[in-house]
Amino acid sequence: MTGDTPPAVTPLWEVFIRPRNGLSHRHCGSVHAADEVLALQAARDVYTRRGEGVSIWVVPSNQIVASDPDHKDENFEPTASKIYRHPTFYEIPEEVGNM
Amino acid sequence: MEIRDALFRQLLRLADDCLVLGHRVSEWCGHAPILEEDMAMPNMALDLIGQARSLYAYAGEVEGKGRGEDDLAYLRSDREYGNLLLVERPNGDFAQTMLRQLYFAAFMEPYWREAQASADETLAGIAGKAVKEMAYHIRHAGEWVIRMGDGTEESAQRMADAVEALAPYTDELFETDTVTQTLVAAGLAPDPASLRAEWDRTIDMVFSEARLTSPEVRYPQTGGRAGLHGEDLGHLLSDLQYMQRTYPGLNW
Repeated sequence: MTGDTPPAVTPLWEVFIRPRNGLSHRHCGSVHAADEVLALQAARDVYTRRGEGVSIWVVPSNQIVASDPDHKDENFEPTASKIYRHPTFYEIPEEVGNM
Repeated sequence: MEIRDALFRQLLRLADDCLVLGHRVSEWCGHAPILEEDMAMPNMALDLIGQARSLYAYAGEVEGKGRGEDDLAYLRSDREYGNLLLVERPNGDFAQTMLRQLYFAAFMEPYWREAQASADETLAGIAGKAVKEMAYHIRHAGEWVIRMGDGTEESAQRMADAVEALAPYTDELFETDTVTQTLVAAGLAPDPASLRAEWDRTIDMVFSEARLTSPEVRYPQTGGRAGLHGEDLGHLLSDLQYMQRTYPGLNW
């Protein structure tokens, strides 16, 4: 196999790492791998070399349903004018502390 | 044999195994078949070189003649190296590299697991860290051996060739001599021969999924522990030791 490139059909996987207990998994990149076991190994080897995580998820990239960039305006623009949705108009009692 | 001398010699053997295999695996850096493996293999190489450093440093301490890890790694000749012949075998193709890794890790994982109970606290400490690294090497290399053995016609052929080429070097893993016997008697290190059954089980499990069979080895290759190496180790050391040999005492 030395020198050969793998076939172009090697599936792509999205990698999610949870940095610590209590936090949620966050997307950090992708890897190519033939199956889910090798995808997990590849994710471990590529993305957790500096103690980045305590848990890994891999998801086949083609299983992710993404919003259409052409729908960007109708999806996201209407929220720009609704600043009252941000909870910045309330007085927070001191006893509550940080929210 | 004096216990201290036996401990020194065994630490050197283990360190030599780790350094030589670590160097071999590092030769893949920048040449792996896929980018993901180009990260995975240096990771494994660095695990092994890290173990080698701890072992050399402690060997130097046990010897008590002022030699440090660099002296032991860079200033001994091939005849003074006590590594297994298996670990100095050239990388060959990806199949051979992964099989060599599996053979070695399947032995070292139980070795380190038992060494955690060593009466020597430093060795037990090194073992505690190394055992986890070896468990991952078994998994990583094992999964590849399974996929290549049970893969395409070409990958299956290459895997079968790798088994044919490397199986003769596996008996040496379990060799015992006065060094290992002295350490077993003192409760300092595991008996290599006692790890054979577990090694066989690990290899059989992987091989049955990989549709591979272990050949009967009629002429086991041995001699590494006594410093009798193949030609390949000399070339490896000339590369590994070049800097210290050319610029003695050079520091970062």
